[in-house]
Amino acid sequence: MNIIVCIKQVPETAEVRINPETNTLMREGVKSIINPFDMYAIEEAVRLKERFGGKVSIITMGPPQADSALREAISIGADEGYLVCDRAFAGSDTWATSYTLAGAIKKLGPFDLIICGKQASDGDTAQVGPGISTHLNIPQVTYVKKVEEATDKSMRLERMLEEGYEIIQTPLPALLTVVKEINEPRIPSLKGLMRAKNAKITVLTQKELDLDPQQIGLCGSPTQVVKIFTPAPREGGQMLSGEIPEIAQKLVDLIKSEVN
Amino acid sequence: MDYLLTEEQKMIKDLAHKIAEEKIRPVAAKYDISEEYPWEVLKVMAESDMFGLFIPEEYGGFATSVFNLCLATEEFSRACGGIAVCYAASALGTFPIVLFGTDEQKKKYLPALASGKKVAAFAITEPEAGSDASGIKTVAKKVGDHYILNGLKHFITNGGDAETYVVVAMTDKSKGARGASAFIVEKGAPGFTFGKKEDKFGIRASSTRELIFTDCKIPAENLLAKEGMGFIVTMRTFDMSRPGVAAQALGIAQGALELAVKYVRERVQFGKPISSFQGIQWMLADMATEVEAARGLVYSTARMVDAGVKDVAKESAMAKMYASDVAMKVTVDALQLFGGYGYMKDYPIEKYVRDAKITQIYEGTNQVQRGIIALKLIKEMAK
Repeated sequence: MNIIVCIKQVPETAEVRINPETNTLMREGVKSIINPFDMYAIEEAVRLKERFGGKVSIITMGPPQADSALREAISIGADEGYLVCDRAFAGSDTWATSYTLAGAIKKLGPFDLIICGKQASDGDTAQVGPGISTHLNIPQVTYVKKVEEATDKSMRLERMLEEGYEIIQTPLPALLTVVKEINEPRIPSLKGLMRAKNAKITVLTQKELDLDPQQIGLCGSPTQVVKIFTPAPREGGQMLSGEIPEIAQKLVDLIKSEVN
Repeated sequence: MDYLLTEEQKMIKDLAHKIAEEKIRPVAAKYDISEEYPWEVLKVMAESDMFGLFIPEEYGGFATSVFNLCLATEEFSRACGGIAVCYAASALGTFPIVLFGTDEQKKKYLPALASGKKVAAFAITEPEAGSDASGIKTVAKKVGDHYILNGLKHFITNGGDAETYVVVAMTDKSKGARGASAFIVEKGAPGFTFGKKEDKFGIRASSTRELIFTDCKIPAENLLAKEGMGFIVTMRTFDMSRPGVAAQALGIAQGALELAVKYVRERVQFGKPISSFQGIQWMLADMATEVEAARGLVYSTARMVDAGVKDVAKESAMAKMYASDVAMKVTVDALQLFGGYGYMKDYPIEKYVRDAKITQIYEGTNQVQRGIIALKLIKEMAK
């Protein structure tokens, strides 16, 4: 089974600060890690490889230092790393990013499965995974919490919902995004770390990918960030008391007065 | 402090740190209470190749490096001295085979120990043979192509859980210390059973148990080195393993120091964090300096061993003795800094005091270490 895992390098802290003037993340002095949700994606891919054979290729789009994220993925069992890196891709929103990653995946050749984390801990959009599957025109199953059955032709998956889960059968190739319930990522081995240190990371630039210049980077990004701010804490709610019919009446009155 | 670690050493230290923080610290209190053997953690260590650090490459390890063993043991001990000793005691049980095993013995036993599929233990102590190892009563008698072992070992770390044991027994009592021999005994050997499991003050995640040999029959090829070399095997093994015990003590001290610094920054009394008081600051300064001094001694000794320096008995004894005395003092001071909370089991610091104590006792009490050091000094001057 040839599996591709898309990962993102993110700042370690959960309390990312935002530059109020440029509306961008302030990354200085913050350690970079693999997006925690992507760790589950890598682990699941490695487990599937251990069951079915094949290989796990990791792709990330980012600056040159994202090289270390690819090596970390190799240290826990991935086979090869691809760094999609070019100034032409800078400023990409989720649309341009998923277009670019889909382009890189096409370049890598045939695959059976793509796995992504459910979302990145910095942007929290959960759009890039589904975007890639749309660009590649393959089925997507998001929020996967369990692989029930897998063959080289299809997969039966448990997909997490807000309450409960649903079981979905999908043909392959397909794209999954996974949640943390799916597995427990392993600790790297010393042999893995040594292999990762010496691994060759392939850099893919716009020259190799030859993507539509109108769809990449800042100019290919329809998203306009107008303002980024920390929302004010929610104000305390209003408690209604009394017998149930009485409360219901109060509630209806309140809603009516709000509407008016 | 920059310890001038190579890239590979940093990799080992970082990996051990990750295992300690993610897999050991969260379960340290649980195993301290339950006294169960922490197989789940040892499995992670094994999968991360940590058991290969003290075994030569040709037998499935990464090269025998006491320094690397110390780096890993120190990091594990920062989080739990008990779980760390399960690991370090396997190194102790493995060293005699690494040092004195024939190629066949190494091929037979080391790969499974390097991969962590099996854990090892070293057995010399008996009820009447603690510091005075010449008091060993366990005997091994050669009968045809076998040895028959009879006797009792006690206080054996990893006892019952280890698969591979190196056992010291007398083959010729009339020769005293020169009549002892070392044997490899596998769990399941006929006549080899386990007795009392000890209920300990500290390092409770590790198992400490009696080994009972009742006409225990082992193949003659399980003899390590030659008959009569049991004490040489033991001394050489301890020279290699003592830096590991020192590293365990060092890790316990470092872990307690870190908890104490964190606590005094948070604890507010008289309207400010207690870290702002000079009395507290001076304690921290002394603790940190002593830990660094211990680290210097441990790392230097481990590097000497790896460089192949022939006689490391004095330095090994110094490292073990000093680091364990520092661990005892620093953990007690750390508990003091926690005040009344430190005395309560709800806080992690009292465990460090309990775990530290054993490092002054096992693998030669600190009084025995001082004896070794002094004797060396006097002999050196007499040359």
